[in-house]
Amino acid sequence: MITQLLISAVVAGSIYALMALAMSIIYKASEIPNFAQGEMAMFSTYITFVFLNMWGYPFMVALAGTVIFAFLLGFLFEFVIIRRAKEPNLLGFIIITLGFQMILYGLAGWKWGSDQRTFSLPFSESEIVLQTDAFVLTEHNLASLIIAVLVMVGLYLLLQHTKLGLAMKASQQNVKAARFNGIPTDRILGISFGISSVVGAVAGILVVPIATLDPTMMWDPLLKGFAAAVLGGLRSLPGVVVGGFLLGLVENLFGFYISVEFKSVVAFAVIVMVLFIRPSGLFEKHYVRKV
Amino acid sequence: MRLKKHYFEDIQLFRTTASLVWTILFLSLLAVLPFIIKTYYLSIANLMALNVLVALGLNILVGNTGQISLGHAGFVAIGAYATAFLLEFGMPFAVTLVLAGLIAALIGALLGIPSLRLEGPYLAIATLAFGLAVLVIIGRMDIFGGRMGMVVPKIELGWTGLSYDVSLYYVFISITAAMVVSAYNILKSRVGRAFQAIRDSDVAASVIGVNLAYYKTLSFAISAFYAGVAGCLWALYLQFVSPGNFSFMLSILFLATVVLGGLGSVTGSVMGGIVMTFLSIQLEKIVEVPILGTLIVEFSNTFMNPSGISNVKWVLTGLILIAVILFEPLGLNGIWLRVKRYWNLWPY
Repeated sequence: MITQLLISAVVAGSIYALMALAMSIIYKASEIPNFAQGEMAMFSTYITFVFLNMWGYPFMVALAGTVIFAFLLGFLFEFVIIRRAKEPNLLGFIIITLGFQMILYGLAGWKWGSDQRTFSLPFSESEIVLQTDAFVLTEHNLASLIIAVLVMVGLYLLLQHTKLGLAMKASQQNVKAARFNGIPTDRILGISFGISSVVGAVAGILVVPIATLDPTMMWDPLLKGFAAAVLGGLRSLPGVVVGGFLLGLVENLFGFYISVEFKSVVAFAVIVMVLFIRPSGLFEKHYVRKV
Repeated sequence: MRLKKHYFEDIQLFRTTASLVWTILFLSLLAVLPFIIKTYYLSIANLMALNVLVALGLNILVGNTGQISLGHAGFVAIGAYATAFLLEFGMPFAVTLVLAGLIAALIGALLGIPSLRLEGPYLAIATLAFGLAVLVIIGRMDIFGGRMGMVVPKIELGWTGLSYDVSLYYVFISITAAMVVSAYNILKSRVGRAFQAIRDSDVAASVIGVNLAYYKTLSFAISAFYAGVAGCLWALYLQFVSPGNFSFMLSILFLATVVLGGLGSVTGSVMGGIVMTFLSIQLEKIVEVPILGTLIVEFSNTFMNPSGISNVKWVLTGLILIAVILFEPLGLNGIWLRVKRYWNLWPY
């Protein structure tokens, strides 16, 4: 039984870790907790649905279309809305992202209706890859882990071994110094939003086989992903991945051994306790801002 | 332009005769309102009073103390459920009202303690967790009626000699008016100045002798008290409480109300509460608005799905929120201040 629990913990953990990574990329670049992340992922997933079911393209084309759409969505969100904010402060940004979330939620509900739809992906929850006495491994289980790891490796390579990654890290550390060195920091911020949106969209596609496609499908993954990011420390990318898997593990163990009813809350209880001891998350040093 | 010359002017409630006169006129308008308009509009006025109450409390926490709360619907839920229980046990209404506020305030203070060391997104996630926890607890426990909710008994208002709706309206309006005055007084006092010092820089505030732990907890408690009282009135207004009423979206709408009205201003909270209620009622029936409604239906039939047209209210609410932040960061209060300054200095 424990193996089965570990499998579901890893699946949930990969989705949370991807959402947490998406939040963290934006937070590192701009100190904005992006509450629209979930709805951006949901909207991109609907685009996959349109490509696959309405226009009948093969999955790879649909995936490429979704990635391009998600990137543009994130980039334009930064370019059209975030960049125009006067006297920005944290609360203002939170309200902007919440407003954008409402717009996307409303548009998706308006266009595609609130009725739930399912669509077929190359990996499904009902196809079994490996079955033993102790556990059942479905295609979706395997695919989530592989895709999540691929995205993480891709991000690592992008940040550590490309010029773009270097520019992103430079503008995260010090915007002014980066600009003096000829880095177009505004454009880099837009690209960060785009990349984060793509990572979120991948999480959205992974959520569909275990949930159903409807405008509220990303609410829970978003909140859990945010919680995982906070648990890991928001600024440290490896930290938020660990936070995501830890959250999936705690949630599934608690749900099985103690109470399914309160499964969705235990994650938050753990986080409040962790924050009480380490106010900036597990992998982050806490600084008191100077006067 | 009148400048403040004396400390007394900083703490007095009405600085000019004009503001006193206008306040009295506004209050008398509220007093005669039930004899002018229909009962349906009275219930809208009650809803506005509710939202003003929550906005006042949340603004003290967010606008004046600088602490973010994404879980205020939780405090409203606590107030509402406390009311349902206490009235069931036959408590008089006045006691229920105060107790509902105090219970919420106690829990607010408890939430304030782990939040002392948190800031920004970390505080946001902690308060969000609180709101969700309240929702799950009241939704899953049989004692709270589970998903079905609880019926709230009507209160005894026969002694006024007026109809129930009209008496309820007076109860709502008088409580709200009293709470608005207390909010003004809290913010003009030593406590309010301590809150603002914490908002501007908590390290600097502690250096000049503000007890951070005490005042942050106090701010949470006061804010929760307002939400608890609003929850009590909410229970009376709907005569029914269920977990579905207090979702995460409600907390966001409360925050939106405060931002729309203007952060850190009591006048802003009042305006925000009134305008936001009006907007949400109007957006529910946007299709019936003369020209805009036809355009939206046309657009919906051509590009969107006609069956999902009720979602247009989310799109418009989102657009309004973003527009406020982008073009008028001080909210309605900012516009009001600008208008006031213009006429104060006129014709220069």
